[in-house]
Amino acid sequence: MVGIEYLLLVAGMGLVTYLPRWFPLFFLSRKPLPRWFIQWLELIPVAILSALVLPDLLVAGDPRQIEWIQPKSLAALPTFLFAAKTRSLGGTVLAGMLFYFLVERFLPS
Amino acid sequence: MRILKEVFEAAWPICVGYFAIGVAFGVLAQKAGLKPLEIGLMSVFVFAGSAQFIAVSMLSSGAAAASVILTTFVVNIRHLLMSSSLAVHLNGCSRRFLFLYAYGITDESFAVNTMRFREGRWNAYNALAVNHIANVVWVGSTVAGGFAGQFIPGGSFGIDYALSAMFISLLVLQTRGGIYVITAILAGGWSVLLSLFVPGNMHVIVASLFGATAAFGIRAFLDGQRGGSRW
Repeated sequence: MVGIEYLLLVAGMGLVTYLPRWFPLFFLSRKPLPRWFIQWLELIPVAILSALVLPDLLVAGDPRQIEWIQPKSLAALPTFLFAAKTRSLGGTVLAGMLFYFLVERFLPS
Repeated sequence: MRILKEVFEAAWPICVGYFAIGVAFGVLAQKAGLKPLEIGLMSVFVFAGSAQFIAVSMLSSGAAAASVILTTFVVNIRHLLMSSSLAVHLNGCSRRFLFLYAYGITDESFAVNTMRFREGRWNAYNALAVNHIANVVWVGSTVAGGFAGQFIPGGSFGIDYALSAMFISLLVLQTRGGIYVITAILAGGWSVLLSLFVPGNMHVIVASLFGATAAFGIRAFLDGQRGGSRW
């Protein structure tokens, strides 16, 4: 079965992951937030999305370096246009997978 | 029934991505010597893709538990921002609800639920349902990867790109107006730059904070010049 050391490990990982997820939710949703703070928070989702996705598309390797031309970045352009045109989340996921599949397949590497 | 349909419409793009990454994680974890039960336990306790990948690679290179836990903390501290941002939409929910909700905050569920909340026809329970559907798919596919990994070829049908495509789409959908474009360019640009010099995942939180704060300052400055009418 599962050893006690492993259980302690995943419990510890779970705790340090859970606390940052819970803390702001618990303390910020009890009372009305100041208006400027809400306006700042409104910008956070776009900021996080962009901060997650751009390195994912442009940075590769170990040590990391910028690679402008690679399957992920090449597939990103048509995916971006498809999303802007259709504004469909599910459709863009499927289209993006197709673009990536085609790029991987036909890009001379 | 209509609510159920809306919840599934919101959840399925996440599920496709989680399935792909979950199976990949299961395969990797199995190769690193974890049993399917151990893989499932980690997915249930942690429920955070990138942190789990990093933890498994650290474990297979013999890292100590304390350093695995510390790394997990650093990788996942970005959820502080998402939790803060979600608090606006979950204002007034019971403590018990928030205990449960916090468990399911991931990059993906956060992004999808935020978009739905902004469209106006979403409530806390729909969002919680999306979180937990995503959780079930994550746990199930990581365990499945642990059992059957060697039979599933990696990278089939462009599935490695599912989450990237989802984030691109969410970014497009959430960028409603100039200030959001500025935020995205600043946060994304800094994130790329920082990722080259800072190991781990800290670049995400630092660049997000910087991008949002700088754009907030720019908007305040522009509004000030126009006489502050838009505030």
